[in-house]
Amino acid sequence: MYVLAILGRRLGQIVATVVLVALLIFGLMRLLPGDPALMLLGDRATDASIAQMHHDLGLDRSVAVQFWEFLVHTVTLQLGDSITMRVPVISLVRDGLPITLLLTGMAAFLALLIAVPLAFVSALRPGSWMDAAIRTVAQISLSMPVFYIGLVLLIVLAAGLHWFPVGGIGNGFFQDLYYLFLPALTLALSLSAVLLRNLRQSLLEVLNAEYVNFATAKGLPRRMILTRHVLRNAWVSTVTLLGLNIGSLVGGAVITETVFAIPGLGRLTIDSIFARDYPVVQGLTMVLAIMVSVVFLLVDTVQVLLDPRMSK
Amino acid sequence: MSATIAARRRFVLPPWSLLGGAAILLVLLACAVVPEYIAPYSPTNFDFRSLLQPPTLAHPFGTDNFGRDILSRTIWASSVDLQIAIFATLFPAIFGTLVGSVLGYVGGWPDAIFRRIVDVLITIPFLVLVIVIVAVLGPGLGNMYIAVSAVNWIIYARLMRGEVLAQASRDYAAAGRVMGYGPIRIIFRHLLPNAVAPVLVYWMTDMALEILLGSSLGYLGLGAQPPTAEWGVLIADGKNFMTTAWWMSIFPGIAIVLAGTGFSLLGDGLASMLRRGR
Repeated sequence: MYVLAILGRRLGQIVATVVLVALLIFGLMRLLPGDPALMLLGDRATDASIAQMHHDLGLDRSVAVQFWEFLVHTVTLQLGDSITMRVPVISLVRDGLPITLLLTGMAAFLALLIAVPLAFVSALRPGSWMDAAIRTVAQISLSMPVFYIGLVLLIVLAAGLHWFPVGGIGNGFFQDLYYLFLPALTLALSLSAVLLRNLRQSLLEVLNAEYVNFATAKGLPRRMILTRHVLRNAWVSTVTLLGLNIGSLVGGAVITETVFAIPGLGRLTIDSIFARDYPVVQGLTMVLAIMVSVVFLLVDTVQVLLDPRMSK
Repeated sequence: MSATIAARRRFVLPPWSLLGGAAILLVLLACAVVPEYIAPYSPTNFDFRSLLQPPTLAHPFGTDNFGRDILSRTIWASSVDLQIAIFATLFPAIFGTLVGSVLGYVGGWPDAIFRRIVDVLITIPFLVLVIVIVAVLGPGLGNMYIAVSAVNWIIYARLMRGEVLAQASRDYAAAGRVMGYGPIRIIFRHLLPNAVAPVLVYWMTDMALEILLGSSLGYLGLGAQPPTAEWGVLIADGKNFMTTAWWMSIFPGIAIVLAGTGFSLLGDGLASMLRRGR
């Protein structure tokens, strides 16, 4: 019951946050230079047609009314139409969202696959040459921008060895997995460096904790201590860390999709910015913010389920 | 006795990470300040007899599609990227530190508002937010600084707020209040100097992060605008020659890794030195 109460409160906070995010984006879009009606009408604008367009876009009403409408439209997923592509923004989201979700999901999975074992190797023998090597590689990949990791992988594995396609998206789910592997690996490499660094630290703390000493003193076999006591606690911090980094994962996806020419939400955001297609930018930013909020809520849920202390 | 011990203790070698980081950054700083003495060729002269040359002794990093020497262009670009490291962090670090120290001490409703702002800003991915602000203002380095500054001070303020909150409960802060000192004097003369160390360490890390961000925006075409030689822009120049001239993108990227590593090492070294000092 406590669990539900906690999650309910978090849900309330997230709704409040999303409203504030909407306010921020709404404000930013109003700061844009130029009249959107003029932009839509182009050279054929007359005073009458501009006034008509202002009325159609609701720009002749008060700012508060406009914001309320924007909120209602966001909640009901009426995100408006793209200026350049002349299709509803929501249909663009419908096409791009599954690709971006698959990409970020694969990236998070690969990052865990890389970071968790390496963090264990590193933390179980701190100061060893393995530890030093792992930390050096992590430090180097922390200093690499995502787009550069992507280009290096492209040059070596796609253009050089022809193991992977140079970009784009496949036809059907399994081909998508193949096409998205290299971009997901790109994101995973940059994320796993962050995960590894923090996870190693928290593993070291857990390994030196009194209850682990006690378990050792009790004569429990090492394997059992690691699986029963250390691993279980390590999962909590891993999930927390993954959640904290979801923002940079989504940000990285924007860049990775551009490098690999993947038709997801990220590349669409960048393309729309260059095309000055503001309804799309506005809608996509809201969708990305909601996506991150949902992940925050999921992380809280998993945390509460994994760590009984949280629900007290 | 204590004087000699103290003197000896003062001469303990700084951690190797601090020295390594400082060495890397000194080399990059030299490249940024006097590129004309270090770069073997002009960064802008076209040489149509040596287009897209792979790395050789004459051109260690190869040449680009206009025959320009990549090593020289990478060296000239370092001044732009080091500027990014400084200008993208200077305002956030100072403003964030001031706001954070006041909020940490005062608390109350300003602090509650601040916490809501933090909640909102961590929900929008940092990069997406910066990109959207740059899109509103228009591409270019100056607007990129504005966009980053508008968002990034929050991180410093949050860090500083936490530190000041911890310091404010110490006895010396209470002593200051008993002495009748005003809040401004307590915050800036007493709490801030004791709480500022983690912010300094984060500042170093942040310079590395901003170089990564600046080069990413340059790569996307939203940061430094060509023909300004910036590492991200140089990498983007090589994008279309990925299959034929890999050196165009690979070598400028190594400069980014080097700069990022330099700042991170400096931050790590500073952190362990401050820990030892306590």
